[in-house]
Amino acid sequence: MSDPTVRVAERPDLLTAETSEGAQELLARAITPPAELGREVGSVVHLEGHGFDPSDVDVERRDDETMILNMGPSHPSTHGVLRIMIELDGEFILRAKPVIGYLHTGMEKTGEQLSFVQGGVNVTRMDYLSPVINELNYAMAIEKLLDLEVPERAVWIRMMMSELNRIASHLVWMATNGMDVGSTTMMIFGFRERELILAFFEKTAGLRMNLNYVRPGGVAADLPDGWEDDVTVICDTIEERTYEYDQLLTGQPIFRERMVGVAPITAEEALALSVTGPLLRSTGVAWDLRRTMPYLAYDEVDFDVIVGTYGDNFDRYAVRLNEIRESVRIVRQCVERMPAGDYRSQDPKVTPPPRARIGESMEALIHHFKLFTEGFHVPAGEVYSAVESPRGELGCYLVSDGGAKPYRMHVRGPSFVNLQAIPLLMRGGSMSDAITVISTVDPIMGEVDR
Amino acid sequence: MIDLPAAAPADVIVAEARAADVGCFPRPDQYLDLVRAWHDDGFELCVDVCAVDYLEHPDRELPAGVTPTRFEVVTNLLSMARRQRVRIRVQAGDEQPVVDSLFSVYPGSEAMEREAFDLFGVVFTGHPDLTRILMPEDWEGHPLRKDYSVGRVPVQFKEAPGPR
Repeated sequence: MSDPTVRVAERPDLLTAETSEGAQELLARAITPPAELGREVGSVVHLEGHGFDPSDVDVERRDDETMILNMGPSHPSTHGVLRIMIELDGEFILRAKPVIGYLHTGMEKTGEQLSFVQGGVNVTRMDYLSPVINELNYAMAIEKLLDLEVPERAVWIRMMMSELNRIASHLVWMATNGMDVGSTTMMIFGFRERELILAFFEKTAGLRMNLNYVRPGGVAADLPDGWEDDVTVICDTIEERTYEYDQLLTGQPIFRERMVGVAPITAEEALALSVTGPLLRSTGVAWDLRRTMPYLAYDEVDFDVIVGTYGDNFDRYAVRLNEIRESVRIVRQCVERMPAGDYRSQDPKVTPPPRARIGESMEALIHHFKLFTEGFHVPAGEVYSAVESPRGELGCYLVSDGGAKPYRMHVRGPSFVNLQAIPLLMRGGSMSDAITVISTVDPIMGEVDR
Repeated sequence: MIDLPAAAPADVIVAEARAADVGCFPRPDQYLDLVRAWHDDGFELCVDVCAVDYLEHPDRELPAGVTPTRFEVVTNLLSMARRQRVRIRVQAGDEQPVVDSLFSVYPGSEAMEREAFDLFGVVFTGHPDLTRILMPEDWEGHPLRKDYSVGRVPVQFKEAPGPR
């Protein structure tokens, strides 16, 4: 007792005090308020005529019959530092509550310290599986405030890169989901194909991940020579391989046991919980911002919005697998129809002078220097802009006070919101189903915690 | 520009916001009624709830009749049938911002309100579980407030004093 900092097994109170998250954790039933208890058992849906009544919840269950199990934050199947506290009755889940914040690095605060030019480097690290789409979202919010027209070629490059990124993200999902249900083959396949896309990103932007490729006013660099061939090869390969995944997984009895009919969610429940993306589409709601509130040039390309029927694990898998094929379709159309022209806006306010001019013109050098040290000023105002990320609606609420830095940058991370469906999806399922639930919700912790 | 739903509180101020969204500026006591009216009018998705700290801009530009306060809670609603977004900006207060929780209308606002509470200290009355969500439980202060300085916790790689 002499030294209170000594971590010894004889002082479990000290050990728990150091790691405890207090009321953020799943508490014993006796001290949990009824409304919160309802949320943890996933019964928060306020359907018409099915209003939630806290007295319906079985609060009489004695705590010593159940077990509160702590899963994570470091657990191989939680896809990052996600911690889920689960109350178990034997093998079956009664309550669940995600405890998050283990990867919180204050990116929204950092965003207020960086100028609009620098901000892309920050946001690209939020959802690390879809960096291009993060940058796109941020750049589009700035462009809306600036009222800046983006050249047509830049729009199509952005669209093509976004779709390639969506394919890469869904491939990682296929891989990790395969891993979670025991298919190491799928794990290898997913990462193998993703490498094709990352190699193309490296060729285009210089980096495999966290590209900072989409900039306000356009993109950082034009596509490399011979990009059509690279992209066509990627499309051909991945499209062909999706049929291999289909053969490998879809009919596989073990895979089907873990997926079909497991953890269903209805459209009403998903909407009440603000769930978007493949999770919502798997319930049959054809809501895809690319189609329903088109941005870039998505209204000019031909693709289908994939929807499921039952909202179970299998539908979520099927939606993602088919979205890869749809994205391939969009990329092919981008290759065919890529317009010529500028890859970034020629507005000198946001675009630095070309490298060749810097060498010969003092003014160009000063301009370049000012743009990257001071940045450009964005008119005061606020805007909400949203794009469809592989996980759902990725929004950016940007407030500018007329300076070179955002006054407030809020990112609506789809994974953060979708995590709220976890108690509902896990309720009543077994522990092994919980693993597939986490997997099919597809949370990216970088985006959840920001 | 679309009309307020009939059930909305009578004297809510409406202004056109950027990017074809509708902006509403209710008083805190009208906020929940207004959101419920939009919900019943077909806005089935509560997309986003966040807060903004206007400490450095006490006299910012707002529509006539709206008294600016330091904290503002911004709610974005979406109607899928109409493909329309509505932005609701409520002036939440200066010292201790308090607004009603949307939990009874949109259960999906739960995590977003917890985030606003954690990072700004906005209290949402009626929220089932108003605890910190991103920061550790015993953290002092609300990091996204403008008077919470960056660099308050010294960065050291060895023997750094704890953040708390």
